[in-house]
Amino acid sequence: MAINLNVNGRPVTVDAEPGTPLLWVIRDELDLTGTKFGCGVAACGACTVFVNDEAVRSCQTMIEDLEGANVTTIEGIGGAAAKAVQAAWAKLDVVQCGYCQSGQIMSAISLLKSNPKPTDDDINTAMSGNACRCATYQRIRAAIHHAAKIMEG
Amino acid sequence: MVIETSRRSFLKSAAATGAALVIGLRPNGRLAVAAGVADGPAELNAFVRILADGSVQVIVKHFEMGQGTTTGLATLVAEELDADWSRVATDFAPADKERYKNLLLGAQGTGGSTAIANSFTQYRKAGAAAREVLVRAAAETWGVPASEITVENGLLKSGNHQAHFGEMIAKAATLTPSQDPVLKTPDRFRLIGKDGLPRKDTPAKINGTAIFALDVKIPGMVYAAILRSPRFGGKLKTFDASAAKSVKGFVDAKALPTLEGIAVYAKNTWAALKSREAITAEWDFGEAENRSSDEIIADHVSLLDKPQHQAMKDADPAKTEAALKMADQVVEGDFVFPFLAHAPMEPLNCVIEPTEKGVRFHDGCQFPTVVQNVAAAILKLDPANVEVRTVYAGGSFGRRATPVADYQSQAAMAFALLGGKTPVKLVWTREDDLHGGFYRPLVAHRVRVGLKDGRIVGWDHRMAGRPILLGTFMVPEEVTKSGIDPTTVEGVQDTHYALPGLSVGVSIPKTPIPVLWWRSVGHTHTAYVMETMIDMVAKAAKVDPVEFRLSLLAGEDKNKKRLAGVLKLVAEKAGWGKPKAGNFQGIAVHKSFETYVAEVVEISVKDGAIKVEKVTCAVDCGVPVNPDVIRAQMEGGIGYGLGAIMRNEITLTKGEVDQHNFPDYEPLRITEMPQVEVHIVPSTEPPTGVGEPGVPPLGPALASAIHAATGTRVLHLPLVRGGVKFA
Repeated sequence: MAINLNVNGRPVTVDAEPGTPLLWVIRDELDLTGTKFGCGVAACGACTVFVNDEAVRSCQTMIEDLEGANVTTIEGIGGAAAKAVQAAWAKLDVVQCGYCQSGQIMSAISLLKSNPKPTDDDINTAMSGNACRCATYQRIRAAIHHAAKIMEG
Repeated sequence: MVIETSRRSFLKSAAATGAALVIGLRPNGRLAVAAGVADGPAELNAFVRILADGSVQVIVKHFEMGQGTTTGLATLVAEELDADWSRVATDFAPADKERYKNLLLGAQGTGGSTAIANSFTQYRKAGAAAREVLVRAAAETWGVPASEITVENGLLKSGNHQAHFGEMIAKAATLTPSQDPVLKTPDRFRLIGKDGLPRKDTPAKINGTAIFALDVKIPGMVYAAILRSPRFGGKLKTFDASAAKSVKGFVDAKALPTLEGIAVYAKNTWAALKSREAITAEWDFGEAENRSSDEIIADHVSLLDKPQHQAMKDADPAKTEAALKMADQVVEGDFVFPFLAHAPMEPLNCVIEPTEKGVRFHDGCQFPTVVQNVAAAILKLDPANVEVRTVYAGGSFGRRATPVADYQSQAAMAFALLGGKTPVKLVWTREDDLHGGFYRPLVAHRVRVGLKDGRIVGWDHRMAGRPILLGTFMVPEEVTKSGIDPTTVEGVQDTHYALPGLSVGVSIPKTPIPVLWWRSVGHTHTAYVMETMIDMVAKAAKVDPVEFRLSLLAGEDKNKKRLAGVLKLVAEKAGWGKPKAGNFQGIAVHKSFETYVAEVVEISVKDGAIKVEKVTCAVDCGVPVNPDVIRAQMEGGIGYGLGAIMRNEITLTKGEVDQHNFPDYEPLRITEMPQVEVHIVPSTEPPTGVGEPGVPPLGPALASAIHAATGTRVLHLPLVRGGVKFA
């Protein structure tokens, strides 16, 4: 079936079977590979994208529910929170293998948009669905605090 | 196969790193420059490429799974080249077992925490050789003596003359570098050992542009999932793919020639997974592992009664037994460690495509040389015609290095079955990963320690576990015949504690479940056993566990001194014996991969649930090349070890793995990550590894903190199995 949606600000029409997760459409059909596959059951957060500005797990978001939706992937992020998060991630050298980091960054942006001055507890709650096997968590926490400071100006 | 050194022997040789590397770097043509470069880029030697704009590319012979090797090797070159760090980039080397071999491994590969140790002199020499020809080129161009040219931040200067590296490459490429360039003395280091060098892989990993094998797409490529036997060692009898034909995008399904499974091909990943679900298969379980894990554990434990092999050459178990009889106290422990999956974030995958003379893999793998040899055998090619393009790996922890190239061989078979002309991407799901074997071995230990007047008089140590190296090409035949796998006994047999009457017996159980090194290998269990026993013995002797350890590490031996050094440092920094009110502490120290690490774990207990509050870590890894990478690896090793020791285990019911995905093999979450504080010991010793050594002390330090808090001593892991509750 043909679905029309906006991805990173561009209108696209994709042909996919109902039940196909957005994740595989993004990766295999649209060649936007910054969004990662880690578990396929919404238990790791590596596939996090924004649908209509809300962070979702794209492995559990079905293509047929997305007619007319605005999808933003790591390749299409912008704005103050995104810039602050990426700058903080670079400043603190958060990444190790890096595979989960697109998802971590998407979740962090989503948190800071709704809560510009999160506490450690706020961060833990918001980020607990994003697994990192390299355990970069201490730096993720510090980087989100740092990004909040950058946004404060 | 050319890898002659065992993991054990190359790890041992790391002790003599300096000398070994200098010998390995005698003039052999590697420092020759490429000729005939007009406008660049110029490869000044196998490891350094200079672009016309003056920027530098360091050619990285190791792979990057997050451990920071790209940054580390770039630092070594940039240091001697006096390059501008912001204009240094990295590029992965092609598969080439001669030019790009690991000097400690004997073939191209990353493992055993050896990347910096084996590259330290080699990459610095490459940087120094490149600097030398650039300086000579500038000297000739400007008509000044080379001694009057300075190099700083990528700029060559003399009097009024100034040029960036790129301006000199055409001339530099015609010069023959000296084969033994002079290296800086440590007092002149500007980059090595300094903070503030951003990681080279950060920019691409925060904007989605970093390429992992899962991201590789080749025109005309098909996607292959493997339907595998639900039990280890099962063989395919028949299968029915008729229902898969109705899946849009399904291409074909073919039995792998090894009968280990069926390759299911489709036009995209989702179709491959849906098609696989639609296929039914029948399996022959005659040779398979059909037992449940409780039966497998019982079998391991039963083998402790009569060890099949003795690991200590000079030990006499009868004398140990006699010493135990004379003791006035015997402290005993029966330990069981479960199978563990590595579960890297990126499930295993790779891409294989045809080339003019053979094939090319796109893979983030640890052992390119093994992939070349295994794929060459399957595809009947010369290994030299199996190219490996190394891409970033989404974690590995040992999993992307098997002596049999397990997943790459699946890709090669799937490629061959389709006719050898269509590019194939092999895709594994998380379920494939957790069901896929190559686990940290299940291991049982039984230890009895005799004490007389508060001193150790005998230590009877017995172990049963599947070997990782025995029977593979990676060890000589006589090692296999000895029955002693170095990766089983490391951390016990080579302990630096003064343990009179130590004997180490080993038994090898039978099971077709494949096992593998898991971040820190044998030390994952041996450090837990040794340090837990030491804690128990110290308590029996009524001596503070730090004092007790120091008494076993007395003397001038360098290993003892370095172990004692990190132990004292961590005790001081963590405030050993003075936890925050209501908190409890545990401590452990262990040497692995020539690196010495001590950790203090501080926990709190609320409503019977334990929270790990803080881990203080002291590490002595020789010259610290990139302090922030070292800190990151300690943080990561502690987090990786913590999740596993708390709750991870792979279990089986009637041969089938019980865990399927992250919900039942739960990784450590951010809510559980303690504050980690790392202290690096200043050192002028040759640098050693940091990827693995942060893991071993975490488990026993946590376990002794839990014992201090609750009186519970967990010897059968994971900790939740022993009734420990975590907040």
